Amino acid sequence: MASAVDSPGAAAPPARRVLRWGNWRLALLLFVGGSAAAIATLPPSASFWVAGALGAAFAGSAVVNAWGRYRGGLLVAPALALLFVMNIFPLLWSFGLSFFSYRANRMAVPVFVGLSNYERIVTDPVVWDRLQTTALMVVLTVSLQMVAGFLMALLFAKQFPLRRYLLILVLTPMMLSFVAVGAFFRYYYEPSLGLLSQFVRLFTGEPYVLMKSVWGARAGIIFADAWMWAPFVMLLILAGLVSVPKYLYEAAAIDRAPAWRQLWSITLPYIRGLLLLAVLFRTIEAFKLFDVVFLLTEGGPGTSTETIAVYVYRLAFQYVKTSESTALSYILLFTVIVLTNLYLYFANRRGQEA
Amino acid sequence: MLPATTDPQSDGAAAESWLDRLGFRAASGVGDAGWGRTAFAGALSLVYFFPVLWIILTAFKSYDDVLAVPAKFLFTPTLDNFRQVFNRAYSLQGQVQDTGFALYFFNSILSAVVSVAIALVVGTLAAFGFSRYPLKGNDTYLFIILTTRMLPAIVVIIPIFLMFRVSGLAGTYAGIIALYATFNLPFTIWMMKSFFDELSPDVEDAARMDGSSDTRVFFRICLPQVLAGLAATAVFGLILTWNEFLFALLLTGVETRTVPVAMAQTIGGDIGVRWGLLAAIETLFLVPVIVVTFALQNQLLRGVTFGTIRR
Repeated sequence: MASAVDSPGAAAPPARRVLRWGNWRLALLLFVGGSAAAIATLPPSASFWVAGALGAAFAGSAVVNAWGRYRGGLLVAPALALLFVMNIFPLLWSFGLSFFSYRANRMAVPVFVGLSNYERIVTDPVVWDRLQTTALMVVLTVSLQMVAGFLMALLFAKQFPLRRYLLILVLTPMMLSFVAVGAFFRYYYEPSLGLLSQFVRLFTGEPYVLMKSVWGARAGIIFADAWMWAPFVMLLILAGLVSVPKYLYEAAAIDRAPAWRQLWSITLPYIRGLLLLAVLFRTIEAFKLFDVVFLLTEGGPGTSTETIAVYVYRLAFQYVKTSESTALSYILLFTVIVLTNLYLYFANRRGQEA
Repeated sequence: MLPATTDPQSDGAAAESWLDRLGFRAASGVGDAGWGRTAFAGALSLVYFFPVLWIILTAFKSYDDVLAVPAKFLFTPTLDNFRQVFNRAYSLQGQVQDTGFALYFFNSILSAVVSVAIALVVGTLAAFGFSRYPLKGNDTYLFIILTTRMLPAIVVIIPIFLMFRVSGLAGTYAGIIALYATFNLPFTIWMMKSFFDELSPDVEDAARMDGSSDTRVFFRICLPQVLAGLAATAVFGLILTWNEFLFALLLTGVETRTVPVAMAQTIGGDIGVRWGLLAAIETLFLVPVIVVTFALQNQLLRGVTFGTIRR
């Protein structure tokens, strides 16, 4: 049997080859014919199982047939199938939906409206406003993370006693749940009991409500997000710092180069690639900013902290403008694809250099 | 800016400032710094860790201690909050009732463990395929797989929500487990591929020369070498799933609700937030994550970048 697969040119007697396990054409024929016959003659409950069994037999024979020839394909097929069913197919469905007028809480049949959902989204000033809010938060939180992460990485770049344990303390926030972090900071920003308010009261004598002012709420969210993700940046930069050859610093020390000069001329060029990757990765992630906003302010006060992800959530599940929200989410999807592509390009380039 | 470095004569190695004494000489790079750096880094780490620490402390405070202003740093610890996480009276004279948190913790554990197990089996096979038997357009597949993971959850959830509503999967264990398995799959594939890629091909070639089948090569040679990576991937997957909020918020029902959703609902509660209680829930929720972070330290970078950056 195996030899017949390996050398298709060999003239084996056809009668023997028909009843191989790997004969997927016969299995397909059986599957289609058998289930058609079962549906026609048997009650639905029985024909379902007949069709299912024949379908499984067909799938099995396709696997047997492909084993050895398409091994890579077979190994990845289950993963691709799962991804397709649970991820790609729903996305295609919503892509289709974005061309229809559809609201998930109405029974009405979707009406084809062409590009008008996209037109409405692109011309909607609210969407642009939310995009600006998002951009503002992304820029501020990512730069804060980069600076804090870079400084912490410099601190931890050298070996010192207890470094391993202290590193754990710093790295923990990154592994926490958004919900937990949201809950933490809600407690700390709370006007009467919160530590922030108590701290301010030491100086002013008045309780301090951070979340009532626009910039206070923004700063609160940005601080929470940056606290959570600066360790990520630190980890990435740390990986770059320990890869810088030590002799460069020794040479610089002999030349009496000051510390800032060593940082500028030796360290930075070495970690430039990782800095870029950190910025891209954090931008992609910060672009999705949802959970922390949802827990801390729910977009308020007013709509001043409503990021685009929160807006899509409201559009889809509170205003139930389903098809408009799918159109908007496709615009987001496109942005993320571009950013991910850039990120992978630079990550691969760095991988090849190393 | 600093007296020692502003002096033009003392630039370079001779410069001694307070930063130097703390071990900042040659501000970066490999090398040993002494206990001075430990003291500085220790203080900073404690400040950084303080929000977590404070929550853990709050969890052990009594009801009155939590409400004390100014905040108490010294108090008699009590386990009341932890007891009330699972059973408590909702009114002053009311009956003690089950809060459902035992169920929510069980749901979180169940959906995380089962979905990670599925993702691990399917994903490891796929990663081995991508690593050893590249397809035509291998990189494109891998890119698409990573993209599905990088997408904002809200983009993915809308169609899945509609699909689950039509198919009746919403609010069932099967639904949330299938979704989490898919959610973990891209991560598992990228992580495991990065581990498989690092193996030396020599051993495999030698085994093939001696007549091992491909199946045997996979189970006897490749898999044992990546066991540590497999464990790291599994633990990362568990944490990611354990922490996940939005999918659970929209797709779990009363019976299948997970801890993050229940926690968010406790915050949005009707009768003011019992912070001590919330802190106790969070502490129970956080401790596994902190323990695991410690165990994973060496694989952390690879894990948080989905295997795209190895070191």
